[in-house]
Amino acid sequence: MNKVMSNKWVIALYVLPALLVISVLIYFPIILTGYYGLMDWDGIGEMTFVGLENYANLLTDEKFWDSALHSFLLAAFSTLSLVGYLIISLILAGKIKGSELLRKIYLIPMLLSSVAIAQLWLKIYDPNNGIINSFLTAVGVENTPVWLADSNLVLYSIFVAIIWQYAGFYIIIYSAALKGIPESLVEAAKIDGANPIQIAYKIKLPLISGVIKVTIILAIVGSLKYFDLIYVMTGGGPNGASEVIASYMYKQAFSTNDFGYGSAVGFFLLVICLVITWLIRKLTASEDEIQY
Amino acid sequence: MNKENIELNKQTKINVTAKKGISLWGRIGYGLLYLILGIIAIFQIYPLVWLFMFSLKSNSEVFGKSPFALPESPRWENYAKAWTDGSINLYFFNSVWITVVAVVLTVLLASFVTFAITRMNWKYNKLVLGLFMVGLMIPIHSALIPLFDFFNKLNLIDNPISIILAYTAFNLPLTIMILLGFYYTLPREVEEAAVMDGCSVHRIFFQITLPMTTPVISTTVIINMIYNWNEFIFVNTFISSDKYKTLTVGIQNFIGQYLTDWGAIGATLMISIIPILIAFILLSNRIVEGIAAGSVKG
Repeated sequence: MNKVMSNKWVIALYVLPALLVISVLIYFPIILTGYYGLMDWDGIGEMTFVGLENYANLLTDEKFWDSALHSFLLAAFSTLSLVGYLIISLILAGKIKGSELLRKIYLIPMLLSSVAIAQLWLKIYDPNNGIINSFLTAVGVENTPVWLADSNLVLYSIFVAIIWQYAGFYIIIYSAALKGIPESLVEAAKIDGANPIQIAYKIKLPLISGVIKVTIILAIVGSLKYFDLIYVMTGGGPNGASEVIASYMYKQAFSTNDFGYGSAVGFFLLVICLVITWLIRKLTASEDEIQY
Repeated sequence: MNKENIELNKQTKINVTAKKGISLWGRIGYGLLYLILGIIAIFQIYPLVWLFMFSLKSNSEVFGKSPFALPESPRWENYAKAWTDGSINLYFFNSVWITVVAVVLTVLLASFVTFAITRMNWKYNKLVLGLFMVGLMIPIHSALIPLFDFFNKLNLIDNPISIILAYTAFNLPLTIMILLGFYYTLPREVEEAAVMDGCSVHRIFFQITLPMTTPVISTTVIINMIYNWNEFIFVNTFISSDKYKTLTVGIQNFIGQYLTDWGAIGATLMISIIPILIAFILLSNRIVEGIAAGSVKG
């Protein structure tokens, strides 16, 4: 057994192709991004080393900090919305007929491309012929909002589309975790006279705290990476009101051809994602993870 | 004893009335819950129903009538127009073959790695697994510029190989994670017996392990298919000529040209999501499984 299953050549043959792919296409590039951030480079011509100039410019670039603020706002909204998804999942875990079907219906938007979702919501938000403003006009609202063209509303309008896209995803994750809780624990609590809210709060939530932690990381890091939907829906507009870190980076590199500065933004995004993941794991690690 | 019996009877009576009270309030409560759950379901579904409706409308209906109205007579020619005039047929075909090639490559490479990590004995298996898992946290954007430069230098810009390789790399971590859970629970007895019989590792992998893992393979295949089918930024960045564009970028092009033709836009969007809806109807359990397995264990 050991001899056949310890053959070094076979192990190398099985592992190295995939390892090569992720090294060349993920790990090497992210290191290069940090390095390119030290360059003045238009993407085609020669690179000139400029030291930390790009990173220093980043610190004083108001447009960059605006887009970072929008990304962090989306991350905060997404994290808060987890509470709602959790409540829905707890309800679905109770004696609800058709809960499997409901979960699947909730999931459908998540399976569609962000491009299709963005195009669909562009139509939903259409100031004249979209369903939202038509409904508002029908119930007598005058001066209906121009959702995506109003710089005060645009981020919230986009966030509604994000909820539509991701609600089912988180509900599926929470439901899978809730299903893993042994029935006997819930039964025992019922016999002791606990009501459903107490059971949810005192028994179920602590038992799935590990999964809740994962979803918080997913929500925050996922929001910071957000790109497709916003790029297609508003292109960061109006006037930068919905610009996020990733779309700002993309524009710097592929529209302005400032690849050095774009790389600095991309590297910032990487660092912030890794730091936040590490921070959340660190902050929540002290709480004892409950085994069952 | 009699006294006790009476006491007991009283108790049960109280209990029964109490239970009746709960069940009445319970019914109202449940009714409310169903109402909330139903409203959420409508919120999730109605935009798609509405999309389907306006994909069958003419512009005069879209701009002149209520958006909630049903199409007067379904204009299927919107679909024909999108399919041929908008070269959606070409983008559709590109999406299909690029998705398939990338999925096969990803799932095969991931199965090799997962087999080596869970079944073979070597020193650095945990370290290598860690390398793959960290890949889950890397934002695509942080690798995009060097990737563009890399493919550019290899003359692979505007070549489907670039997006196939990028899809494979960025889907490997998640695919391995989903496979791992299944491999860990899979009994090793059959494989051990095969070793005793003098089977080579390759035969064990291809003829025993791979067939045993078909359920989880189908889960990873469907999850990978959905991700690749919907991918946008790599195609948008690496592909410039129409003949290699996939649906996500293709519909962007199309909508840019037919900005005010709602019917044609709706039809294009419907064409791009119909394969996903069919996959969903046929394989919803696998999809749910994949999503749950891919994140819960993180």
